[in-house]
Amino acid sequence: MLRVEARTRLGDFELDAAVEAPAGGCQAIAGPSGSGKSTLLRIAAGLLRPSQGRVVHGDEVWLDTATGRNLAPELRGCGYVFQDYALFGHMQVWQNVAYGLRSLSRGERRRRADELLERFGIGGLATARPATLSGGERQRVALARALAPAPRALLLDEPLSALDARTRASASRELSSVLREASVPALLVTHDFTEAAVLGDRVAVIDGGRIVQEGTAGELAASPASAFVADFTGAVVMTGVAREGAGGLTVVDLDGGGSATSTDQRTGPVALSVHPWEIALEPAGAHAEGSAQNHLQAEVVTVTEVGNRVRVGLAAAQPLVAEVTRAAVGGLHLEPGVRVTVSWKATATRLVSL
Amino acid sequence: MSRGRGFAALLFLALALVLAFLTLPIVAIFVRTSPGELLSALDDPGVVDALWLSLRTTLTALAIIVVVGTPAAYLLATRTFRGKAVVTTLVELPLVLPPAVAGVGLLAALGPAGIVGGPIEDAGIRLALETAGVVVALTFVAAPFFIRGAQVAFASVDRTWLEASRTLGASEARTFLRVAIPAAAPGMLAGLALAWGRAVGEFGATLIFAGSFRGRTQTAPLAIYERLGTDFTAALALAAVLVVFSAALLLTAKLLGNREVVDAAR
Repeated sequence: MLRVEARTRLGDFELDAAVEAPAGGCQAIAGPSGSGKSTLLRIAAGLLRPSQGRVVHGDEVWLDTATGRNLAPELRGCGYVFQDYALFGHMQVWQNVAYGLRSLSRGERRRRADELLERFGIGGLATARPATLSGGERQRVALARALAPAPRALLLDEPLSALDARTRASASRELSSVLREASVPALLVTHDFTEAAVLGDRVAVIDGGRIVQEGTAGELAASPASAFVADFTGAVVMTGVAREGAGGLTVVDLDGGGSATSTDQRTGPVALSVHPWEIALEPAGAHAEGSAQNHLQAEVVTVTEVGNRVRVGLAAAQPLVAEVTRAAVGGLHLEPGVRVTVSWKATATRLVSL
Repeated sequence: MSRGRGFAALLFLALALVLAFLTLPIVAIFVRTSPGELLSALDDPGVVDALWLSLRTTLTALAIIVVVGTPAAYLLATRTFRGKAVVTTLVELPLVLPPAVAGVGLLAALGPAGIVGGPIEDAGIRLALETAGVVVALTFVAAPFFIRGAQVAFASVDRTWLEASRTLGASEARTFLRVAIPAAAPGMLAGLALAWGRAVGEFGATLIFAGSFRGRTQTAPLAIYERLGTDFTAALALAAVLVVFSAALLLTAKLLGNREVVDAAR
């Protein structure tokens, strides 16, 4: 378990937030740029001392401003992946990875580094210089370097944002398997809610230095605590396996049952996203004659007013969210337990390879 | 002829004048006397002594500058503290100080009657009019060249590299040695080359603080001055050696300053 509580002022910005990652779990911290999310990571790693705060790892106190305890970063054992990766330009790739392994002999360090590079599929780059690598390769080296000394916590600052869209899909897949295998707590910072939903077990949404809501991605999307969270969480995300369908469309067999159609061309494991305001609700069993291609049966779980809209959290095989008007809520008698038919258009369905 | 071309011609004329004026003395050193004569003048034991002394004293001064100046430059580059601007200005002051002022100042401070010189002399260390005094004078005038170069080089090292090093288990000292210094090395070496160039050419402060005694405090520039009236060829020969040396240093500094060239050469 890694718990970070901090209150600190940076210029006219005030951070006042607490987050916690369970052992073996990944807590995502999602928010717009300038919301203070990277500052929380720096405090966790000991790179920044807040004016008030506590950082606790398991039963070990890393920082407590009340008692004056402040463990140096080198003694905390955090595997930190920086936003721009911060690879040492004057060292070869393997030396970067072996940097944190100084208790071992040179031969042993090289062997460990090669092993890790091999695992990330870049064994051939051991003697390359970081400047010659592509974005995706750098990200893998940074990950290998952070994992090499067997860190006690993982801190990931926008690990995918420096990558182009194509590389990001495969990097995201690799990263999520690394996070699944890791038995240590992980904090992951991102400005992209979809990324937070895919990589984090739980998501804390941060805005203006404060955590505005915390929960699973499904909970946040279904019952956002504020209009900000509603807008920020944006799309509903479901996972499935895509295959070619009729008429040039893609059919996604959703994990847990059901299927959906999209105009995006993808095959294999995908994340499917659709905006809540694209989703229409009808009485259960009604089969609309409209142009929507996608229909799922679902049960209403939550009904949350957000400004002049209402967010309806729905339980199907995977949770999803619709946004409707107050009038529609009355007309359909929407309340927890009511069954409805959910529909949306194939053209409103975005697919991202996983 | 259009007005634009007339102006361009004026610019070229100005550059031609600058170039002619600045290179003429250097060309003259090499053409006034034949290369054979210059080489044979270098056989003079006094000339060899002066060059040897210059080499020894400048290298000693550089060693002191690097050992003390590198951590100082790192501190100036990576931390903020009250009065930092004042400290930086004070460190840079010898850059613009007239060498004669430096010499007089060193005498007033470290000379036999100086404010610190008395106690030092009581401890058995003589600086004024000794080889050690030459090293002191060279260190004083050349240190800011290195410290400035190293400070800029350290400041341009990516801060996240230093932070990454800390999270990977390296202490601040180890981060300084393993990441900051290697990453800043090209800039530090460029500063070192400029400092060496300044030290080799030092004249005024050395003459005033250490005097001009053959084999003891008479460095190459002082030897040139002494031979002007008696053996002009020997003076020219020494000058020629210094020109070649200084040009090589300038070239090194330029190449190191241009990171692309350095990276391509790796």
